[in-house]
Amino acid sequence: MLLTALFFYLFAGVCIASGFMVIAARNPVHSVLYLILAFVNAAGLMVMLGAEFLAMILIVVYVGAVAVLFLFVIMMLDVDFAELRQGFLQYLPLGALLFFVFIVELGGVVFTWAFVPSVSQAFASPIPPLATASNTEALGAVLYTRYIYFFQASGLVLLVAMVGAIVLTLRHKPNVKRQNIADQVARTKATAIEVVKVESGRGLS
Amino acid sequence: MTIGLGHYLTVAAILFTLGVFGIFLNRKNVIIIMMSIELILLAVNLNLVAFSAFLGDLVGQVFALVVLTVAAAEAAIGLAILVVYFRNRGSIAVEDIHLMKG
Repeated sequence: MLLTALFFYLFAGVCIASGFMVIAARNPVHSVLYLILAFVNAAGLMVMLGAEFLAMILIVVYVGAVAVLFLFVIMMLDVDFAELRQGFLQYLPLGALLFFVFIVELGGVVFTWAFVPSVSQAFASPIPPLATASNTEALGAVLYTRYIYFFQASGLVLLVAMVGAIVLTLRHKPNVKRQNIADQVARTKATAIEVVKVESGRGLS
Repeated sequence: MTIGLGHYLTVAAILFTLGVFGIFLNRKNVIIIMMSIELILLAVNLNLVAFSAFLGDLVGQVFALVVLTVAAAEAAIGLAILVVYFRNRGSIAVEDIHLMKG
């Protein structure tokens, strides 16, 4: 029990500290690295909650894909980040005010919540005991049956995002030669070759 | 000293608030704003998983999976828009994006 508490405070502390450094770091590359640290520690928290599959997916998707995407974009764009940090303190009072408003509101939620008594009788799909099915197995049994439409819809969201990202960033440079199938197929003998009468002794100019 | 639902909710609440704070603090840097949004979505996921674990209901984790998908799609589209915008204007400052209205 003590070990659980120790690991909880370790993961939570590092998660919150790196979350703070994400918004406070001077260099955006450092921000991304702190974001990765925050995600890894959140994955640790999820493992402690018994959601192993989601924790591993969090690492694969966020650390492996999203954070690397951020890193690529930051390194690809030649932006003067020092200039972007000017006026950083200008918004600090408003931001701090909102920070405290949110903290007070969410603190009110966190310290006064209670489950409705009827909630424990009306589970949509209770977690099976670990002896009968692992977390991944149980999640799959629910996700592919009852929530199949959500699953398909999230696949569709990803497809649209992929097509959108490609369409947005694809760019045809004007002086790059590309294969044009229609032009190739439409070639005839008349357009392909040219017969030139050359006078003897002259050559082609 | 047992770790209850309240502990996880506190962590998620602090992470969420840090994300909101980051949006206000870095008003000029779009990339940091997007990272703050990722932090907010992470906090939401943590809340969903915590409630799922402590209620003993698996649906929260299914929802967290859907939120994860949407977050990944949002990051991809947002960064693509950012790259196109940078190509056109040579800057990613938020003040310049205001020029696009109308």
